[in-house]
Amino acid sequence: MMQVIVSGLIVGCVYGLAALGLVLIYKTTDVINFAHGEIGMVSTYVSFFLLSAAGLHYGLSFFLALIFSALLGMLIYLVVMKRVQQAPHLHQMVVTLALFLILNGAAGFIWGHHPTDYPEAIKGAPLKIGGVYVTPHEIFVACLTLILMGAFFVLFRYTRIGLAMQAASQDGTAARLMGIKVTQVNMMSWMIGAVLGAVAGVLTAPLVLLSLNMMMTILIMAFAAAVLGGFVSLVGAVVGGLIIGVFENLISFYIAPELKLVYTFALIVLMLYIRPQGILGGGKKAVKKV
Amino acid sequence: MKLDGKKLGTLLIIAVCAAYPYLTGQSGYYMTLFVTTCVFAMAAMALNLLTGYGGQISVGHAGFLMAGGYTVGLLGKAGFPLWIALPAAGVVAALFSLIIGLAAVRLTGHFLAVTTLGFGLSVPLIALKWESLTNGYSGIAVLRPDMLSSDLNMFYFVLLVTILTAWILSNIVKSGMGRAFVAIRESEVAAQASGIPVAFYKTVMFAISAFFTGIAGGINALWIGFISPSDYSIVHSLFLLAIIVVGGLASIPGAIIGAVIYSVIPHFTDSFIGITNMVIGVAVILIIFYRSEGLVSIFRGVRLGGAKTARLEAEGTPPKLGGVGKHDQV
Repeated sequence: MMQVIVSGLIVGCVYGLAALGLVLIYKTTDVINFAHGEIGMVSTYVSFFLLSAAGLHYGLSFFLALIFSALLGMLIYLVVMKRVQQAPHLHQMVVTLALFLILNGAAGFIWGHHPTDYPEAIKGAPLKIGGVYVTPHEIFVACLTLILMGAFFVLFRYTRIGLAMQAASQDGTAARLMGIKVTQVNMMSWMIGAVLGAVAGVLTAPLVLLSLNMMMTILIMAFAAAVLGGFVSLVGAVVGGLIIGVFENLISFYIAPELKLVYTFALIVLMLYIRPQGILGGGKKAVKKV
Repeated sequence: MKLDGKKLGTLLIIAVCAAYPYLTGQSGYYMTLFVTTCVFAMAAMALNLLTGYGGQISVGHAGFLMAGGYTVGLLGKAGFPLWIALPAAGVVAALFSLIIGLAAVRLTGHFLAVTTLGFGLSVPLIALKWESLTNGYSGIAVLRPDMLSSDLNMFYFVLLVTILTAWILSNIVKSGMGRAFVAIRESEVAAQASGIPVAFYKTVMFAISAFFTGIAGGINALWIGFISPSDYSIVHSLFLLAIIVVGGLASIPGAIIGAVIYSVIPHFTDSFIGITNMVIGVAVILIIFYRSEGLVSIFRGVRLGGAKTARLEAEGTPPKLGGVGKHDQV
């Protein structure tokens, strides 16, 4: 039981990171990014390429992949998303769905359709801590998540760009009038969002196999986490991720691993019935009832 | 019957479709291409009713296709005739839609999208897991009745069902109910204030859309003769959305145009699976950039004059889609 919960928390970290990226982009640019998972997937492939074909060190290839993902996020924002900033929400959503198809297709074209193994960050036998087995990789995942979240918190609270992001997400027009370059802020949030997706991708790849569809589950679970957190709360996204991770692991363990997505979906629907604003979101911004 | 340009055009298209098997020498490949187009056209028209007219986005319509396919397969296996099994496919899909529809009453925009996405992902997994009913991974064979056992007969049956669907849906759109859908799309508050039962119509909208999508799924299963959990993935749901955006939101012909294009692109890019997705993705983005009303707007401008354009614009306005917004500023 304890074991199940701990593994759930680890997986939950990954979901939390992915959800954080989603919520960030949603908060600042009002777009739900369906291509989020695919950005992570492509970045993971890039890191794998650097790792295996170019023979770089794990850390270095990880870092370069993150830079790649930031550039990819920037490119996507400047070339595509910026132009549909004022378009109806449906159009924005369909554009991200199209990006999903493009990235997925491109990755399939370049790297093929066969799943491959992806090495863990730190190899080694599972350690026993307090009656629970944890692999070094899992510890790495948890630590990295904590560090990233800390960095994220500092960025958002104390730096100029972070404050500008907060302002832009609260009221774009007012922020622009105050002299904040909203385009730049939006670009930044796409970059950071993409990096978070990439981190989630690289961290999950060893647990599942590296494949074109590896981020599909992560994406839906990240959505679930974001909904659970109210879709506007950054802390909520992380907490939601952890809850979803544990919930999913309990379902896999006690009911059936194949059905974890179904139950999680049921959980979201239930959640939206009972508390549409999410566990932490108290705002009226989340869902408007008529 | 008075024949104006529009009716004549429709009749001409139907005539070409009817002659299609003979034009292509009844080759299995081209027949399948056509039937796939029909299936996607039906599903896209149904989705367009929901998304284009009603402003409710669904990213899980492939789930209804699958529900319809399995219903036809299972009822056929149990010995029910097709005239029960096919409508039942629609009814089962409509019942499924109530699950989402109930949530949809309370949700708008992005939240609805996420919920429907979850639904679309769940259906194949349930089909995979519920082995006693669905035979799990290996799927079930779908038998055609004797009358439709030849591909040619089946082809005309598919054509007939597609035309019927297009006819029924275009009438629904013109009815009071259709106007109510558009009103809900433009502003739920205003619709409510005008005495439209918003919750009821949203549920009905989902049910109608799911019904026809279910039938499309049933048809496809009958044509292929087989249904398995891997037949429809979330990508198909995305394609359906792409179809209606490319073809034209809130337009029945738009959905058909989109479906034709969607089916024809893989015909040219088939040797590389990845390329197909990329081409479709790029096409969608370009169309949203440069012709956000969809390809159907090209025809609209050319063919219609004065009064008619005004009418069309009134019924199929370039969708602002208030309902899809995160929260309307009312």
